[in-house]
Amino acid sequence: MKFLSTRRRHPLAGLLVVLLGLVLAGTLYSAFRPAAASDTTSDTALVAAGRQLFVVGCATCHGLNGEGVLTKSSTNYGPSLIGVGAASVDFQVGTGRMPLAQPDRQALPKEPSYTEEEISQLAAYVASLGPGPAVPSAAETDVSGATTQDIVNGGDFFKTNCTACHNYAAAGGALPYGGYAPSLMGTSARHIIEAMVTGPGQMPVFDDAVITPDEKRNIVAYITSLKNQTRYGGSDLGSKGPVTEGLWGWLGGIGALVGAAVWIGNQGVRAGKKRT
Amino acid sequence: MSTTAAEPTSRSGEPPQTGAGGSTRAGATTRGGGAVAWLDDRLGLGGAMKKQIRKVFPDHWSFMLGEIALWSFVILLLTGVFLTLWFKPSMNEVTYLGSYPNLRGVTMSEAYSSTLHLSFDVRGGLLMRQMHHWAANLFLASMTIHMLRVFFTGAFRKPRELNWIVGLALLQLGIVEGFAGYSLPDDLLSGVGLRIASGLMLSIPVVGSYISFFVFGGQFPGDIFISRLYTVHVLLVPGILLGLVAAHMLLLVYHKHTQWPGPGRTNNNVVGYPLMPVYMAKAGGFFFIVFGVTGLMSALMQINPIWMYGPYDPSKVSAGSQPDWYMGWLDGGLRIMPNWEIHAWGFTLSLNVFVPGVLLMGLLFTVLGAYPFVERWITGDNREHHLLERPRNQPTRTAFGVSGMAAYAMLWIAGGNDIIATTFHMSIEAIIWAMRIAVIVVPVLAFIVTRRWCISLQRHDRELVLHGYETGVIVRSPTGAYSEIHAPLTTERAFTLTAHERQTPLELAAAEDENGVPAPGRSKQGVRARLSQFWYGDSVEKPTVEELDEAAHHSHANGLAGSNGHHLGIETSGHVGGEDYSLQNSGKGR
Amino acid sequence: MNDDRRDGAPDQVVAPTGTEATHDDSLLLAGHDEPIADPGIAEHEYRPTDVDPALERRAERQIAGMFALAGVLALAFCVAYFSFSPAPDGQSLQGYGLSNLTLGLTLGLSLLLIGIGAIQWAKKLMTDHEIVEFRHTGASTQADRDEAVAAFTVGAAESGFGRRTLVRNTMLGSMAMLGLPAIVLLRDLGPLPGDALEHTVWRKGVRVVNDVSGVPIKPSEVQLGQLINAEPSLFFEERNADGSVTPAQYEGTELQVEKLKAAVIVVRMQPDDITAAPERKDWGVEGILCYSKICTHVGCPISLWEQQTHQLLCPCHQSTFDLANNGKVLFGPAARPMPQLHLGVDSEGYLIAMSDFEEPVGPSFWERG
Repeated sequence: MKFLSTRRRHPLAGLLVVLLGLVLAGTLYSAFRPAAASDTTSDTALVAAGRQLFVVGCATCHGLNGEGVLTKSSTNYGPSLIGVGAASVDFQVGTGRMPLAQPDRQALPKEPSYTEEEISQLAAYVASLGPGPAVPSAAETDVSGATTQDIVNGGDFFKTNCTACHNYAAAGGALPYGGYAPSLMGTSARHIIEAMVTGPGQMPVFDDAVITPDEKRNIVAYITSLKNQTRYGGSDLGSKGPVTEGLWGWLGGIGALVGAAVWIGNQGVRAGKKRT
Repeated sequence: MSTTAAEPTSRSGEPPQTGAGGSTRAGATTRGGGAVAWLDDRLGLGGAMKKQIRKVFPDHWSFMLGEIALWSFVILLLTGVFLTLWFKPSMNEVTYLGSYPNLRGVTMSEAYSSTLHLSFDVRGGLLMRQMHHWAANLFLASMTIHMLRVFFTGAFRKPRELNWIVGLALLQLGIVEGFAGYSLPDDLLSGVGLRIASGLMLSIPVVGSYISFFVFGGQFPGDIFISRLYTVHVLLVPGILLGLVAAHMLLLVYHKHTQWPGPGRTNNNVVGYPLMPVYMAKAGGFFFIVFGVTGLMSALMQINPIWMYGPYDPSKVSAGSQPDWYMGWLDGGLRIMPNWEIHAWGFTLSLNVFVPGVLLMGLLFTVLGAYPFVERWITGDNREHHLLERPRNQPTRTAFGVSGMAAYAMLWIAGGNDIIATTFHMSIEAIIWAMRIAVIVVPVLAFIVTRRWCISLQRHDRELVLHGYETGVIVRSPTGAYSEIHAPLTTERAFTLTAHERQTPLELAAAEDENGVPAPGRSKQGVRARLSQFWYGDSVEKPTVEELDEAAHHSHANGLAGSNGHHLGIETSGHVGGEDYSLQNSGKGR
Repeated sequence: MNDDRRDGAPDQVVAPTGTEATHDDSLLLAGHDEPIADPGIAEHEYRPTDVDPALERRAERQIAGMFALAGVLALAFCVAYFSFSPAPDGQSLQGYGLSNLTLGLTLGLSLLLIGIGAIQWAKKLMTDHEIVEFRHTGASTQADRDEAVAAFTVGAAESGFGRRTLVRNTMLGSMAMLGLPAIVLLRDLGPLPGDALEHTVWRKGVRVVNDVSGVPIKPSEVQLGQLINAEPSLFFEERNADGSVTPAQYEGTELQVEKLKAAVIVVRMQPDDITAAPERKDWGVEGILCYSKICTHVGCPISLWEQQTHQLLCPCHQSTFDLANNGKVLFGPAARPMPQLHLGVDSEGYLIAMSDFEEPVGPSFWERG
């Protein structure tokens, strides 16, 4: 807790508390929702509402019953959603990746097309199709109580499993054939955990049996600590490593120094008259 | 001209300035004071000092690029000494208990732990570390642009070839020194860099694995490499660098600085400002500016945040693992090299690693080192040169240099392909394929385009000298024809534009004697003559006296010549100011 | 155009005290067909500060002001040094660490102001008359050269170096021999490679465990599309079936060295997607495959796996491997496929290695074959 208590006078602390409050409110809200969603037989209303939305917005690609429309020749159709679970829907729709703007390409995050409530309805419907990972509970995503030890442990897992694609500062990186691993700086704790559990797109799955929910929460705690970290040495230049450093060294450093050299070397203003 | 001529009198008429500066006969009883006499009695430096104190340096911004390198080197020494007071070059495993929370309790090498300590528990430590790293980047960058300046202006020619070689040695050692420094903190990024370096060593035919085992004291990473590297980084290489910097400077003083041609600036003089006081102030001031810029960069821009990377662990890697910029082109070479590997007779030759990783660097420095001698052989020019050449007046050399820069740039782009891919939403594979082609094609195109460009600039200069500059004033002649008025250049300008040598290709001695027997040694001479022809063949020469007269006569014949008596495109006397031009028609507008 | 103007106009020379303004005309390169004769150094033009005492005083004040401010900033540096802690829990401003920011800004600006001030001083207030210094060819005179060669010849003759060949040759021979100790001394820099690069710690029965946590893996726990960064269990404490604990068998440097070769990734894909080589048909367990994590190019650890395309990308030099097809190289500079580890399941149902890798992992080397 020293980590947090020493920061309470931070200029951004107030803002952070408000943000945390909002996140907490959101996660608390979602905490009730998956509980309801997992109980699929009882909450038929939610499922029914979800089905309504699904038929309108998703069935074209994923099939009327979420069975998927698989053709070998075209990628214009979606995979089966049976067994992908509520977590997958919450991630894909909640980050705006679904509905897909451009088939044939990596799903890009954008403004979600559905409200939180609609997403929960969709998630409930898809979860009812077959057992799959549920939306993580508030306890699983809440990193406010993370100790230094938790963060260090999360950092170890992060650097072993995540940095190869997402880079050391979670700023993202390149994948084959134009793909990329996104920056995690703007991704919520819930969505990060859902991504690990469900393996969206090309991202591999990191199952709970191999990286436990506690360890996942630690990873999120580490990423959160990176987000809130003071920039000790100045601007991070995008956290892209030595390439941007070199670029700034040339443009900023050498640029300024050559400018200085030009100033030193030039003759300066002349009076155009003789000394009296 | 009378004003400057009068100057020495007025200056010597002033009272003596300071004791030390005023006396060049230290040790004599008349002037200089006790301290100077005391020193000179023991060192006898008066003789040398009297010439050097007022040594003349010409003024031009491009002459100060090497100075950036010199001053960054000084900054590196200063900040480096500070860092050594805390850094522990040891690979012993320790548990980090310092104040950076995200790594507390992690097992790491003492080198990494002490670098964290330096960054978070030593006040000003992070600043000094960042200044050291930024200064290293600037050191190599300024050496590079300084080298390009020397190359493109022909400053490497006789008698400065040896200093060119010394400079190349400085650049190479600087790269080694930089990479060593990048590797010392033993963080994840530098560990991956060293792992790649060990991979490059392994690719060396026959002895690769032995070299790697000897360097790392066994299998990579071993437990001794950081302390070995530390000695190399703080003692061996800086020692050699210091010696070479001193040699570089001494040769500079001995040869005296080159200068741009211009009025009164000839191959046997140097025109500029005295070391004491003007260049002391300018160079000294520049030191502070370089130091200050490095400080500001380090205040505002983070470099190598080792705490984010974590300690080296052979099973971890980060996306965007890159070397510092000066190794980027080699890394690019590794990336675009096709995956050729030869397996024969039970041995493996990794061309995919060995060629870009080991040979490429050797190739660059061999070409650069041989260049002055090759050019001298082709041009047959064995005279001393102290006047610089404008790049356009050596189209082939300039084209060759730009072509080399283009190849370097392509490799450089390839070295950052993953960052480029994510920044501009491109595909890594597309960039690599583009660069595989570009690294061959672009230098060739660059050569052709630059050469033609230079030649057209030469032609432009020639036109300027012959016909003056375009005024933009259109006149209509009594016969109704329109033409643009050209105004003559000032004599100074015209002289500067023509103050370079005519370039004549080497002539091949008679191919055959009268009996049709080929002359001996002709094939080598033939190659040389052909190269020389290629070197100079297309150059546009400055006008001759006759051509100038002809041009002037031509414009005269048009009846539009100025009325003040002179008939050339150039003023021949007096009118230095801008208002006194007479307008002339060059006859070009029709 | 008189001649001495072309030669650098000696009447304009402001020669440094004590330097006689001699010419070395041999250096002059200009031919006789120069179209335009050298007009000589242009007339000196004065600066505003030379002709206007008010401007001169202003420049003086300006420069002194810069120096004074630089001094104040140096003091401010000291204040910042004692005011702010560089520790992570130290103060920050808008997310920037105050210690580095203030120290850097005060120091940098202070230095910059001194530099700018000094240059302004030189540019505005110091004399700016150009002066001419003459060059002389760097070469010695022929007489000096001859004398030097003669001196050397005399010395060489007196030494008898050319005459007493026995003495000379034994001396040169012994010196050449001394090169050997210099080389031999370096022998202990490291051990000989032997076959160290060809083996890893994997052997039959070693469990494949999750990196960091050391948890063993059951095939049933591995989902389709899953990636596990794994290590041999030897690197971690092992809990045996009888409850006893086997301590980690590697630590320190040895652990780093072995980890470098033994790190693996475990992935699971649809068995239908896998086109295994005939001899590797049984190397996987229900679509679970295990590959070395060390790139065959220059040895970066790779775990950048795309679960749908089954491609593995190296973040260092972008070699791309197809894990569904025996680790074949798809793109990039790597020449060899990623080595695959033969997987099996032990009596407790955990994933184990069935043998060491069949080929050396990591970068190629000469005697690799």
